[in-house]
Amino acid sequence: MAEPLLEVKDLKVSFRTEDGLVRAVDGISFTVDEGEVVGIVGESGSGKSVTMMSVMRLITDPNVLYQGEIIYKGRNLMGLSRDAMREVRGEEIAMIFQDPMTSLNPVYNVGWQIEEQLNEHNDLTKGQARRRAIELLAQVGIPRPEQRIDDYPHQFSGGMRQRVMIALALSCNPDLLIADEPTTALDVTIQAQILELIKNLKRDFGSAVALITHDLGVVADIADRILVMYAGRIVEEGDKEQIFYDPQHPYTWGLLGSIARLDRPRTRRLTAIAGQPPSLINRPRGCSFRPRCPQAFDRCSVEDPALTSKVGDGHLDACHLSVDDKRARRDATINPELAESA
Amino acid sequence: MATFAIRRALWLLVVLFAISVLVFLIFFATPGVDPARQMAGRNPSPETIKNIKHEFGLDRPLPVRYGLLMKHMFISRDLISYGSHTRVIPEVLSATPVTLSLVFGAAVIWVVFSILTGVAAAVFRGTVIDPILMILALIGISVPVFWLGEVVNLVTQSRLHNFFLFSWVPPLGYTPLTQDPLMWFEQLIFPWLTLSVLYIGFYARVLRANLIETENEDYIRTARAKGLSERRVLLRHTLRTSMITFVSLFGLDFGILVGGGALLTEVVFGLPGVGLLTYNSLTALDLPVIMTTVIYGAFFITLANALVDLLYAWLDPRVRPA
Repeated sequence: MAEPLLEVKDLKVSFRTEDGLVRAVDGISFTVDEGEVVGIVGESGSGKSVTMMSVMRLITDPNVLYQGEIIYKGRNLMGLSRDAMREVRGEEIAMIFQDPMTSLNPVYNVGWQIEEQLNEHNDLTKGQARRRAIELLAQVGIPRPEQRIDDYPHQFSGGMRQRVMIALALSCNPDLLIADEPTTALDVTIQAQILELIKNLKRDFGSAVALITHDLGVVADIADRILVMYAGRIVEEGDKEQIFYDPQHPYTWGLLGSIARLDRPRTRRLTAIAGQPPSLINRPRGCSFRPRCPQAFDRCSVEDPALTSKVGDGHLDACHLSVDDKRARRDATINPELAESA
Repeated sequence: MATFAIRRALWLLVVLFAISVLVFLIFFATPGVDPARQMAGRNPSPETIKNIKHEFGLDRPLPVRYGLLMKHMFISRDLISYGSHTRVIPEVLSATPVTLSLVFGAAVIWVVFSILTGVAAAVFRGTVIDPILMILALIGISVPVFWLGEVVNLVTQSRLHNFFLFSWVPPLGYTPLTQDPLMWFEQLIFPWLTLSVLYIGFYARVLRANLIETENEDYIRTARAKGLSERRVLLRHTLRTSMITFVSLFGLDFGILVGGGALLTEVVFGLPGVGLLTYNSLTALDLPVIMTTVIYGAFFITLANALVDLLYAWLDPRVRPA
């Protein structure tokens, strides 16, 4: 098998605070292959953004502590100098952010901001950079790019700004695009357009994409593989079919159960996962999800389940239940109607 | 942009008119103030007072008197000071370059040093340099300018004047730039430094706070994600957007100082500027001079504000008129 594009090995990211050490990311390992779309799913505070921000080394908090390795194309990014890291950022790994309303600098026009990125990593004349910027704006579906290039971010709508952000991110043909909840701040029709755009651009540019989201519905269409994160750890990992049709972790069931589905008659309220995620300072003994898990039994409060392959086929999960138990129980959470009629 | 400038110019006229009416009413329609008696000198005869009243139109209705005053001020430019019996306009015009020299020089120093201090404090946040700079800034804000000026004079003019460091310092006063540029500079350098100390401290603190606030903006993260150097992120992204507050404050302070607010510095360093003129006219209740210096001051303050609005539009495209 070819070497993965990105390999994260036992990454731990913690923040020193007055209350103690917050373990935002607590020992996670995963890979992203070339041209692959990996969805990283989890609720707020599960460590998904921190993980990918660490890959970019974009966390500026002076109280951050890192452990582990981030291998990108055979190099450990954690060991790179600041200048070497700058070469990676923007050129090899690019990132788009959650809120397009605040992610662009309000005082420069969008052309300037794209050209700045181009000039940082390439040797271009002014005219070349501008032509390339117009080309990029056209590629991300901005109408009349020759005129819009001189407009300022506040003259664009939210969806258009996210397109500009994507143009910015793709300007240097990165091999890995990290999209941190790119659709969360947009309304639903625009969300679909932006996802479609990312899908098409992925095809045209051949970049791998790491798509962070709290919405399984968002990754359903475009992800090849999905990581489910909970409280700073990966609790389930598998390809799209495995996660959607054979989910193993009760947390994943909860996420699936809370998606509104239009292809089934809906007779009741969506099931929500009860309770709050655990404190990342004092992690409870045993499984982190146990306090919220309706399936928890004695072993869960004593022993921390490891992420292992129980089903096979690269499908990993961190739960003590046996595969048969899980298959028998999960419909009660995901599809209560089906479970009752069965 | 042109309509914007014209609108600002018209607005300037309206403001000046309103201020002149207000000042006119305060001084000329205040009971108990009789300008004629002031002008007539000691123990005047009722006859003299009556003549003066007639001559200056003081026996006419208020709107006419306002009109006459404006005519003397702007059209015939022969408004006479009550106190010194000289023409007011040339007096103000000769004081203007003094004040402008003082404030321009101080402004250059305070802008440069406050940006350096503010940026250094923000960059070195979390180290010992930041609190040291901020304490120095606080001291600069707290030191009264008249005291600092006197101490500077004591050192450079008297106690250590013969010490080689300060032996070049010329006596207090003002030499026009056109007459002797070196002398102009030497006489103004200590007034500049003294005047700018307060503003360096104040602006450095404001800028540091703004820089730190901007540093947390999403677009700064975007700038880093683009792979820009820290230096470029700071200068082109963080500093640029942080300058918006700085510029608004600068316009106000600059206008106020040129308009006569540098009074204390002018008095301490014996600079015959507009502040000094205003101060003297106020103590003598010299109404024509008061009127002229107030309108002069108002003119510079509104002008500085109009310029700041233009600069602001350049800095922040969101406020640009469509």
